[in-house]
Amino acid sequence: MVERAYARRTMSTTISLRVNGQDERHDVEPNQTLLAFLRDTLDLTGAKEGCNEGECGACMVLVDGRAVNSCLMLAVEADGREIITIEGIGDAEHLHPLQAAFLKHTAVQCGFCTPGMIMTAIGLLAENPDPDEAAVREAMAGSLCRCTGYRQILDAIHEAAGVMRVVPAVEFGMRGPAGPSGVAPGLMAPGSAEAAAGVKVLGLPEMAP
Amino acid sequence: MSENRWVGQAVDRVDGVEKVTGSARYTADLKFPRLLHAHVIRSPHPHARVLAVRMERAARMPGVRAVASGRDFPFHTGIYLKDQTVFATDRVRYVGDPVAAIAAESEEAALAAAALVEIDYDPLPPVYDVLAGIAPDAPLIHPDLGSYECVPWITPKPGTNICNHLKVRKGDYAAALATCRRVFDNTFEVPQVQHVPIEPHVSVACFDLAGKVIVHTSAQSPFTVRHLLCACFSLSHGDVQVTVPAVGGGFGGKAGINLEPIAVALAMKARGRWVRVMVDRAEEFYATVVRQALTARLVSGVDDDGRVRAQKMHYLWGCGGYGGYGVNVVRAAGYTCGGAYEFPNVEGDSIGVYTNRPVGSAYRGFGMQEIHWALEQQMDIVARGIGMHPVDFRLLNCLGPGKTTVTGQVLDAHVGRVDLCIKRVDEALDLRGGAASHLRSDEVLDRRANGRQAFHGKGMACAVKAPAMPNDAASSVVMKFAEDATLEILVSGIDYGQGLKTVAAQFAAEALDLPMESVRVRGNPDTNLSPYDWQTVASRQTWATGNAILKGAEELKRQLFVVAAQVLDVSVSELECHDGAVVHPPSGRSIPLMRLVMGYQFPDGHAIGGPVAATSSFMPEGLLFLDPETSQSAKPVAKWTFGAQAVEVTVDAETGQYTVDRVAACYDVGRVINPGLIRGQTYGGIVQGLGTGMMEELRIDRATGRIANASLMDYKIPSSEDVPVEMLVSYVETPQTDGPMGARGIGEHTMIPTPAAIANAIFDACGVRIHEMPITAEKVLAALRAKEARG
Ligand code: FES
Ligand code: FES
Repeated sequence: MVERAYARRTMSTTISLRVNGQDERHDVEPNQTLLAFLRDTLDLTGAKEGCNEGECGACMVLVDGRAVNSCLMLAVEADGREIITIEGIGDAEHLHPLQAAFLKHTAVQCGFCTPGMIMTAIGLLAENPDPDEAAVREAMAGSLCRCTGYRQILDAIHEAAGVMRVVPAVEFGMRGPAGPSGVAPGLMAPGSAEAAAGVKVLGLPEMAP
Repeated sequence: MSENRWVGQAVDRVDGVEKVTGSARYTADLKFPRLLHAHVIRSPHPHARVLAVRMERAARMPGVRAVASGRDFPFHTGIYLKDQTVFATDRVRYVGDPVAAIAAESEEAALAAAALVEIDYDPLPPVYDVLAGIAPDAPLIHPDLGSYECVPWITPKPGTNICNHLKVRKGDYAAALATCRRVFDNTFEVPQVQHVPIEPHVSVACFDLAGKVIVHTSAQSPFTVRHLLCACFSLSHGDVQVTVPAVGGGFGGKAGINLEPIAVALAMKARGRWVRVMVDRAEEFYATVVRQALTARLVSGVDDDGRVRAQKMHYLWGCGGYGGYGVNVVRAAGYTCGGAYEFPNVEGDSIGVYTNRPVGSAYRGFGMQEIHWALEQQMDIVARGIGMHPVDFRLLNCLGPGKTTVTGQVLDAHVGRVDLCIKRVDEALDLRGGAASHLRSDEVLDRRANGRQAFHGKGMACAVKAPAMPNDAASSVVMKFAEDATLEILVSGIDYGQGLKTVAAQFAAEALDLPMESVRVRGNPDTNLSPYDWQTVASRQTWATGNAILKGAEELKRQLFVVAAQVLDVSVSELECHDGAVVHPPSGRSIPLMRLVMGYQFPDGHAIGGPVAATSSFMPEGLLFLDPETSQSAKPVAKWTFGAQAVEVTVDAETGQYTVDRVAACYDVGRVINPGLIRGQTYGGIVQGLGTGMMEELRIDRATGRIANASLMDYKIPSSEDVPVEMLVSYVETPQTDGPMGARGIGEHTMIPTPAAIANAIFDACGVRIHEMPITAEKVLAALRAKEARG
């Protein structure tokens, strides 16, 4: 069992993919999830691990424009694909309409579910720009929040949907509707300064005071 | 009350942008050089003697850097009753009890080594239920109970499984009951449930070569973590540093200490390395902490006039394997045993009983939802039994100014008005009228009820809670200006969603009349740098930290005004803070704060004053211990928050399935500080209350003692599809005398009455009463069938 554990670690594969508009090429282990790859290798820690079994939605990212539980996808399966994480959709000066609406509606409490909620909602609005209450409830049902009671989240999504229908996404400094690259509406242009700004690698905590 | 610039206004969360952009860093997001991964080896037995733990083979495995067990660390932990050790030494008391742990270079290596640990157990008979636990011949779960350290206000009973017992005696219950025309006697049950924070517990520790312990942890109380770690490992507070990054929900489950001692133990054996202990979702369910189970028996004696004359409350708490924190839930439930009602003659007993189940601890509401489940159904049963409307019955019997609590405290005019809350929710849902017509066409309902025969019903429940904390629990803050007059406030309360940082900024901006943008609240405390705070529990932060900030703001003003008065050559008493400046209204002259906060320099070069900064603290005053025999006390707690909820349900007659369509909630919060945040607390509490009321239960497999539903697939919590169609929330403002601008706590209260209100509404809809939480469709259907069979 031990030997096998170590053997697995040595059989790495190289993948090439685009993450938040940046080309990435990395060695990954065959059993590494996309979530672990994003968090551990790229230090994109916005996607969270809440269960690692597809039941909470905290790990949601966009894969070729569709919302996916990144804990259920292997990193090797992301080879050749376009990944957008919460870090790739907006920053303080250029909030995505969903981010702005979450703030306006106090749809954030502890914030642990928030990145996953927003990415799930982006996936929903890409497929259905004008969802009714039942459609929003259904689409969000796989993204659990223990803090908010969901009401303000649902309200924020309705409001953002309205904004995104009437105001061209470019007015937010964002990219327009899904183009050939498959990026969902409301996203920043891949490779833009804003997208890059979201991808920060913070310093390590100090070892000792 | 007059309009304020910031307090009471819809101010955005000050930590909102970092959370919506994914920038907020939680403990598991921190990166550490050469991090070691831990695996905890947990008991597979609910109750057993530990005969031997052999880790030599595991220790020799490649990649393993440390192994630890009870032999190395036989130290006791526990916030009130030190009944737990870091690792089991001679006995395990629930499936999941930590016995040993391994730190290795990778998760795989730790897991592989764990398979080589050999532990010899001698299984003992398990005790799963409180009634079995208090039986005279019950196996003792803690034979050494008498030797544990304990605070004086907790009373374990050595030689039994009772870890605490609080008695309330008021008037003469037996004599009063004998004179009552009607007597109602009912029993209610609440199972163990889990907090289910979306962020599981995680702690990282290092014991460096200089002898310092550093801990980063997802916790509600860095100072209490430090204090308890120091007691456990005999360390000086000067050598232990605890920091708390962003926390992804706690709900009481991250109060006190949890994984921190395991991380520190491993770090001590892997000197100089960072060790991370992170539980997976399954371990989160059974191996961290849970809410205690309750078996409640209530006897009410009532007169023809509708007044309850005699009330007995017998609460038996299933505390699980250890009662370290839960003993105080037992105590709080004791001194609050009468809920929101005035009972003249009371016999109350709140008894904590060890069981071989997961460990009970604090959970949002701290025992109050559980006792309200019993009490608020009992009040409904009594009201209907004597032919009174439950709303009128509650208004007749409820507490209020001039009324006396079960512990003999006479409430004053500033205490909060449950009667007004009852009236507000009655109005909101029209509790005497029919179903709201617009609901019938709602899509969510249509989909669920499928057009079959449906019953509609409405019910309500009240809520009350006081902060359960030591009488000297304190908060403190540091307030200092940066060179550009940005005000920085250091708080050690944890903002894990409730909005502490935002309300702290609102209080400071209000008191100093600053723009919100110039206030920064530094949360994420570090015990090396931040001011002391006891714990973020008990709905106490807005109140305690808020008070400290208002006091600190006065000190900042004093310092600013002393300098400004010299500069302007006026009297200090004529100065005011206004929009980022100190102004002298009589002359219209002013000095921007930027020229004062580092000291003022005159044109000739000489300077006066210096950096402006303040520390301030708040501790409630005048609290008195309870009488040990009767629990009578003139002021046992700092404050009470009252409220009420009403719900409207639709029950499918054929399946027992039901929906909670509308909820109305009203609380007397003293003062609304931020409407968006308080609505968030209220919606969140209601939906968490729906979870425990409708679906949540930690189920045990009696053959093995294992938790049968330790995953989010099997243990359902509410999702967006469970949200009521309408949640109507409102607030009464009766200012709290010692509250910051009148505010009192609200965080926990919002989930207290929900399950009982649902139970009462279901009875109203179809005449069946569910005594065991949660109210599942199966239980409703079985009760409907039984009712039909009875005719
Ligand atoms: S972590 Fe992926 S769904 Fe929970
Ligand atoms: S905001 Fe805490 S889990 Fe959603």
